[in-house]
Amino acid sequence: MDLILLFFIFVLAAFLGLELISKVPSQLHTPLMSGSNAISGITIVGALLAIRTEEQGTMGMILGVAALVFATINVVGGYVVTDRMLQMFKKKEK
Amino acid sequence: MEANDLINLAYVVAATLFVFGIKMLGSAETARRGNLISGSGMLLAVVITLLAEGLDYKWILGGLLVGGAIGLVAARLVKMTAMPELVALFNGFGGLASLLVAWAEFEKIKASGWEVYQLETSSNPTFSGFVIYAAMLIGGVTFTGSLFAYGKLSGKLSGSAIVFGGQKAINILLLAILIGVGAVFTWSSDLELTYKLFLTGVGLSLLFGIMGVMPIGGGDMPVVISLLNSLSGVAASAAGFVIANNVLIVAGCLVGASGLILTVIMCKAMNRSLGNVLFSGFGATSSSGGDDDDREPKAISVEDAFYVLEAANSVLFIPGYGMAVAQAQHVVKELAELLEENGTEANFAIHPVAGRMPGHMNVLLAEADVEYEKLLEMDTVNPIMPTVDVAIVIGANDVVNPAAAEDPSSPIYGMPIIEAHQAKTVFALKRGQGKGFSGLVNKLFLMENTRMIYGDAKATISSLVNELKG
Repeated sequence: MDLILLFFIFVLAAFLGLELISKVPSQLHTPLMSGSNAISGITIVGALLAIRTEEQGTMGMILGVAALVFATINVVGGYVVTDRMLQMFKKKEK
Repeated sequence: MEANDLINLAYVVAATLFVFGIKMLGSAETARRGNLISGSGMLLAVVITLLAEGLDYKWILGGLLVGGAIGLVAARLVKMTAMPELVALFNGFGGLASLLVAWAEFEKIKASGWEVYQLETSSNPTFSGFVIYAAMLIGGVTFTGSLFAYGKLSGKLSGSAIVFGGQKAINILLLAILIGVGAVFTWSSDLELTYKLFLTGVGLSLLFGIMGVMPIGGGDMPVVISLLNSLSGVAASAAGFVIANNVLIVAGCLVGASGLILTVIMCKAMNRSLGNVLFSGFGATSSSGGDDDDREPKAISVEDAFYVLEAANSVLFIPGYGMAVAQAQHVVKELAELLEENGTEANFAIHPVAGRMPGHMNVLLAEADVEYEKLLEMDTVNPIMPTVDVAIVIGANDVVNPAAAEDPSSPIYGMPIIEAHQAKTVFALKRGQGKGFSGLVNKLFLMENTRMIYGDAKATISSLVNELKG
């Protein structure tokens, strides 16, 4: 049941994602891409949950920390760079 | 269980914020706020996750600080012109993180054994095996694929497609092995064996990422980048299935789907199917189509070009990848300003796949402070093209090739183009007499009303600027 539920959520999210964006002006293609790229860094949550105090072997720990570092780069870098880009666009509107 | 309920509730809020964030990123007025909203969703998801029991905060703090510092510095220091490769790099890291999350979970299973793991997580071993492999595979392909794209975009690797005999067969074989290994991995419960299979899968998927991007040329990069972006979302979603975490599944899937939309937009802008972009090795083979024209392109000196420009009422700049390479956006902006002062209307026409990344030209011109309203999209600009006195093509080629509209035998026939050939006069700035990315002769350059200005685009524009000033 749990499995079906997860899959259900997945399918709904897919349709939502497909409907969310229809016509994007080309000036926003890059920010949209880098902004959604930052969201895909959500795997940072998975990385956090992999770093536990209980015994899980050195290898598991190393992998978890490495995952956290890379995911954090993705998240922080992704949001900051997108904001920089959009700020640049914004300036022109005055 | 209360803490868990709170965490899951917060995940719902975070997912909602992502939905609004993506939605708002799609429109100019709300884009920046949308990014902040999605960012606050991410912050919420991270902070609330820290409430989970049994986490090792020492290592978590270290990881967050190191990753955060690297990400922040890279994002702050990068030049706008280097944006495409940085986005590709970040994207790759996201894929790698998903691979590592899946791997870490598998290590946990290996340490405790399937029975204990199954009891603890009430999961189905076959399903767990399947999603662990899927997250690893997609994450791995995203990682090396993005790294390879990074190399191409930053000029560290050759931008052209690399094609060799039997490449397709090798790639298909590689994919078949990957699937085969995955099938055995999924169904087997022998941990010694599955561990070896997993490591094999890691190696093969990393290899497959490189092999997959290799035959794709620079001009098709916008498609590849947006596809890899989509894949990094799917990888995160798969990682979400691995650890049965809703927010990963939803957020990853949203990115996967919206990335796919962008990919389709890019494909449409080239009138090609995704399959064609990925597998055809387009641009690597020189085509014979349209080569039968023996007219010679006519050159014009900068000085003569200046006289024409001075007398023109309307000028349209059509930038392409060449402008990015020459870093000419600032002088182009200066030239446009001087022309405006001279009473000439100066606008920019942007093709959706000009450059190496979706929206590449917009980012460059925005960096040079060109006003928003001056950047015209293809559909707006084509109807008014016959009224344009001078169209200045700066390092663009295939996106202005009239063969796409006129010559059914041309490989790019059917691709929507900016119809520069309709303008009264065309100036084409080009480094040399080479062909475009598609390897085609561009008939635009041979036309009666076209004049070539050879040389570095930045130098050429600078001298035009000086002429106008003086």
